[in-house]
Amino acid sequence: MNIHEYQGKALLAQYGVAIPQGIPVFSAQEAKRAAEKLIKETGNEVVVVKSQIHAGGRGKGRFKEDQELGGVNVVKGAAAVYEMAQRMLSRTLVTHQTGPTGKVVNRLLVEQGIDIDREVYVGAVVDRDSQRITLMACAEGGVEIEEIAAATPERILKESADPVTGLSAFQARRLAYGLGLEGEAHKKGTAFLLSLYRAFAAEDASLAEINPLVITKGGDVMALDAKLNFDDNAEFRHHQWGDLRDDSEEDAAELEAKKHDLSYVSLDGTIGCMVNGAGLAMATMDIIKQFGGEPANFLDVGGGASTERVTAAFKIILSDKNVKGIFVNIFGGIVFCDMVAQGVVDAAKEVGLAVPLVVRLEGTNVEAGRKIIAESGLNVTTADDMADGARKIVELSR
Amino acid sequence: MSILVDSNTKVVVQGTGRAGSFHAKQCQEYGTQIVAGVAPGKAGRDFVGKPTFNTVKEAVEATGANCSLIFVPAAGAADAILEAAASEVELIVCITEGVPAMDMIGVKRIIDGSNSRLIGPNCPGVITPGHCKLGIMPGYIHKEGNIGVISRSGTLTYEAVHQLTQLGLGQSTCVGIGGDAIPGTQFIDVLKLFAEDDDTKGVVLIGEIGGAAEEEAAQFIKENMKGTPVAGFIAGKTAPKGKRMGHAGAIIAGGKGTAKDKIEALEQAGVAVAPNPSEIGKTLASLL
Repeated sequence: MNIHEYQGKALLAQYGVAIPQGIPVFSAQEAKRAAEKLIKETGNEVVVVKSQIHAGGRGKGRFKEDQELGGVNVVKGAAAVYEMAQRMLSRTLVTHQTGPTGKVVNRLLVEQGIDIDREVYVGAVVDRDSQRITLMACAEGGVEIEEIAAATPERILKESADPVTGLSAFQARRLAYGLGLEGEAHKKGTAFLLSLYRAFAAEDASLAEINPLVITKGGDVMALDAKLNFDDNAEFRHHQWGDLRDDSEEDAAELEAKKHDLSYVSLDGTIGCMVNGAGLAMATMDIIKQFGGEPANFLDVGGGASTERVTAAFKIILSDKNVKGIFVNIFGGIVFCDMVAQGVVDAAKEVGLAVPLVVRLEGTNVEAGRKIIAESGLNVTTADDMADGARKIVELSR
Repeated sequence: MSILVDSNTKVVVQGTGRAGSFHAKQCQEYGTQIVAGVAPGKAGRDFVGKPTFNTVKEAVEATGANCSLIFVPAAGAADAILEAAASEVELIVCITEGVPAMDMIGVKRIIDGSNSRLIGPNCPGVITPGHCKLGIMPGYIHKEGNIGVISRSGTLTYEAVHQLTQLGLGQSTCVGIGGDAIPGTQFIDVLKLFAEDDDTKGVVLIGEIGGAAEEEAAQFIKENMKGTPVAGFIAGKTAPKGKRMGHAGAIIAGGKGTAKDKIEALEQAGVAVAPNPSEIGKTLASLL
C-alpha cells in the first residue's frame, strides 16, 4: 500500500524522525491559512507548496493545463501560496511515474522553506539478498538515485539489521560517516537512521525512501521528502492504515478486485486473462505475448476461489473496455474446475458476453468443469493446453 | 530414494480448521502418515482419525512426528513455525499465504540457527510421488520416477509435473519453495539435496521474476551439477517493472531480477530453458 508524503512524514515523526513543519491542505483558502501559520511560527517567508500524489518525480513533472508549472513550488508569502495553490489544485500532474494520463492533484502539502546545505539519499527495504531489513545511504541525494545504483553500485552504502537487536548504533554511525557527516550533524544523522529503522520495522513497511535527506545550514538533519510503502500482508495488525488509504489514487478495477480478494493488475493490452496462481498467471501473459497478443491484465483468482469470486473476477475483466477477448486458464489443485466453470458461466450470462472466450481447464474435477462449459449454450472455444488456448484467443481477438 | 519426505515421514498438522482437515485427509488418502493434529485448547479431539494436542511438543513426544504441515492463518503462522522449530521437528512445511515479511525475517533468523528446515510459506508443499504427499497439490498428476522438480509457483509446478507425467517421466520429489520474498528454503538448498540423491537423474527448475535466487541457482548448477540434465522456465517475461504480480517476490525492482537476466544466467550454466510454459516437459525430455 502507498501513502502520501505528508502522511509518511507524520508517521515517521512519531518515531523521532526529524521533518520540516508542514500542513496538508485541500483548498487554496486552507493553503493560505497554513502558510500564515508557518510564517508566523518559523519567521521565514519562504514556503514550499507540494503536490500530494502517489507518484515520484513531482518536481520535474509538469501540469497538463499549465506546462510552465512543476509539481513542487517555492514561493514567498501567504498571498503567493494562495495563488499557487489555485494554480495547482484540481489540475493534472504528469511525471515519469504517472504515465501520460497523469494524476489529478487534490491535496497539497504546505511546508516551511528550508535553507539547504547538502542533500543526501537514505532508503530502507525488505532485502531478499540478506533476508533482513537493509538501510541504504548515498552521499549524492536529490539526483537520480537509480542511475547511480546501476552505474556505480559501490557508492550505495548498506547495512542490514539483525532482527534480534534491530539496527545497531555502530551501523547507523558507519552510514552517517559514509555520508560525510561530521560533528553535530553526524550525531543527528545517526539518530535519524536509528529512528527510521524503528519506524520501518514497527510499521511493517516494505520500502522507505528519504530523497533527499537534507543537512540544513543550521546543522539540522531532516527528511525533505518521504516515500513509504507498506507490506499489505501486515494489514491485520495496522488498523490505522484504513485512514491513510486514498482510494482516488488507486486503479478502480484493482480496488474492486481487492474487495473480492483477487490479485489483479491492469495492463495496456486487449486480452483479458483469468488464471489461478501467480506464477501460472504470469506465464499465461508471457505465452499470449509470444503468440502476438497483448495481455490486458494480470489476474490470479487465488487458491480459495469460490464461484462468486470467479464471477466477480470475470466482471472486472469485462469492465475493461479495451478487452477484445478472454482467456481462462485454470489448473485445478485446491481450486475445482467445475466451480470455476460455473462462475464463468454465471458471469457471462449475467453481464452478457460480447467478446470471444477461450477456456482451458485441467486438474481437479476437470470432466465436470468441461461438461458445464459444453452445456452452457455459450459461445466458448475450448483449448487442450495453454499454448493451444493462447494461440486461439490471439487469433479470435484480432 | 528421494529427498525431504518418504514413506517413513510422520506428520503433525498445525491448524486443524477447514483447510487443515480437508488437506490432511487428502494427504492421508495418498498414503502419507498423518499422526496428529495441533490446535491450542482442542486437545483430545479427533483429527482425521488421529488425536489432537495443545502443543507441538506434546504431539511429537506422543507420536514421534518428525515433520509438521502448517495451515495456521497468516497472523499466527510465524508463531506456528517457531513452535515447530522449538519442538525440534526436522521438516516444517508452511502452506499459509500472506505471512508478513517482517515476521519471516525473524523466523528465518531463528530457523537458520536451528536443526529444522522450513519450506514455504505460501507454497504448495512437497511430494515424493507414490510415498508421501505433504501439501495441497493434486496427487493424481504425479508419477513415481527420477525427475526432481523445484519451483517458486504452485500451479505452474502442476503444469510442469502434468507435462512430465504425460511424457512418461516420473518424479523423485517435487518441492514448491513458495513465492514470498523471504522463503525458508531457496532453490540452492534443494538443488544440493537433488545433487546428492542417487534417484534424481534430471531436474526441472521453475523460477519467476524478482530477486536473485535463480541466478544463484544457475551458479550452483554450473559448479556442482555437471552431468545432470536440468531444464528451466522463468515466468514473468512480460510483467511491467515495479508492479507486484501476486507473489510478494514477483516484482522487478530497480531493473534487477528480470526474466531476461535469469534466462541468460541459466543458459550460461547449461540449463535448457523452455521457450514457453507448455514445453517444460518436452524441454527436459530432449535432454535425456
